[in-house]
Amino acid sequence: MRGDARSMTWTSPRTPAQAVRALAADPRALAFAGGTDLMVAWNMGLLNGRAVIDLSRLTPWRAIRAAKGGLMIGSLATHADILRHPAVRARFPLLAAACATVGAAQIQNRGTLGGNLANASPAGDTFPALAVYEAVVHCLGPEGRRALPLLEFFAGVKKTRLKPGELIESVFLPSLPKPARAEFRKVGTRAAQAISKTMFAGALWLGRGGVVTDVRLAFGSLAPTVRRLSAAEAFMKGRRLDAATAAEAAKLLDADVSPIDDIRSTRAYRLAASRGLLIGFLHGKN
Amino acid sequence: MGALTLTVNGRRRTYRGAPFTRLIDVLREDFRLTGAKEGCGEGECGACTVLLDGAPVNSCLIPVGQAAGRRVETVESLGSPEKLSKLQQGFLDCAGAQCGICTPGMLMSAHAHLKSGGRADDASVRTALSGNLCRCTGYQHIVDSVLAAARGRKKRKAARK
Repeated sequence: MRGDARSMTWTSPRTPAQAVRALAADPRALAFAGGTDLMVAWNMGLLNGRAVIDLSRLTPWRAIRAAKGGLMIGSLATHADILRHPAVRARFPLLAAACATVGAAQIQNRGTLGGNLANASPAGDTFPALAVYEAVVHCLGPEGRRALPLLEFFAGVKKTRLKPGELIESVFLPSLPKPARAEFRKVGTRAAQAISKTMFAGALWLGRGGVVTDVRLAFGSLAPTVRRLSAAEAFMKGRRLDAATAAEAAKLLDADVSPIDDIRSTRAYRLAASRGLLIGFLHGKN
Repeated sequence: MGALTLTVNGRRRTYRGAPFTRLIDVLREDFRLTGAKEGCGEGECGACTVLLDGAPVNSCLIPVGQAAGRRVETVESLGSPEKLSKLQQGFLDCAGAQCGICTPGMLMSAHAHLKSGGRADDASVRTALSGNLCRCTGYQHIVDSVLAAARGRKKRKAARK
């Protein structure tokens, strides 16, 4: 069965409070931002008979602005808004690079950061960059506001810790010292429009003698949710960044990820390709 | 069912019906603008590409309610059979159309790219068109068509100076 437009009710709240009230009143209601994921499911006839709460009139939620100690990105900012924003490009380039790999222009012009988060796909393109930047997700619900660190926001495949009636208001990126090296890589079947087999974002800081003073490494598509490589990061801190350190860090990848065989790739390929991405990054060769 | 208005190809149009109806269906069925095509219905192929407030989007993924009060441009806005736009002429000159199903989407993505000051080199054009699939796989001719039109545009600009 196809989607039946007449079976859907449609409201366009003008304020966040109205949107939260509408969502809280109907647990089956769909919060609709850019619709690039929801419309695919709806076109297949999977969402008929639902109430749609159109968020597109909450224009203040589309803003990207400087905030105390970092940058605040409204949940309705599109991938195109983010990848073109000068402050994102200058201070959070991994996120700009990730947004540029979401679908192609048509999807980047519609899909939103909040929608990407709420959809909670294991392959969400923005998540490894957000994990490296230690993003904080700000939510608004019937009981008020709360802030969730990115890694706590996800509960599993396509599952978040949003409570009934809660919406994502914005994403905060704390300022960080400029890394010595930072990189985003996405591995898919084609250069464009691909859903990833594996995806890497990393940043590292070096001190005197090439010693790693800090490092943040994250992978997507290798577990139900985005993962930071806690074991590899802990191992590397305080060590000289050389081939032996890189090789050992790559060995520790398994400690934090659990890739599977699925329609897009295999566990073995994902692990091998991810180790390659990691070693390339640590050697500065990608 | 309420009524909503949107500006389509410079004309104010009123739609009466369910706000969750897809923009592509309103354009094709209600407004009889059949240029935009439905290929995949899931935002992969780009055959349904139109411009929403100047930016290329997939009209199969947009409920018309979200287009209310906004500006939509379809391939019909580019030129007429009697007077083609430079971009359309470029597709004709360089054999940029084979079966033609992807062509309206290709034209709108290319139009948005050139109009917004996008670069007229091979890599930039390929990136701008990466959301449009051609199952005849005539990509090289399509890129050539866009580049030919862009060169014409540049020449005209220089001539005016």
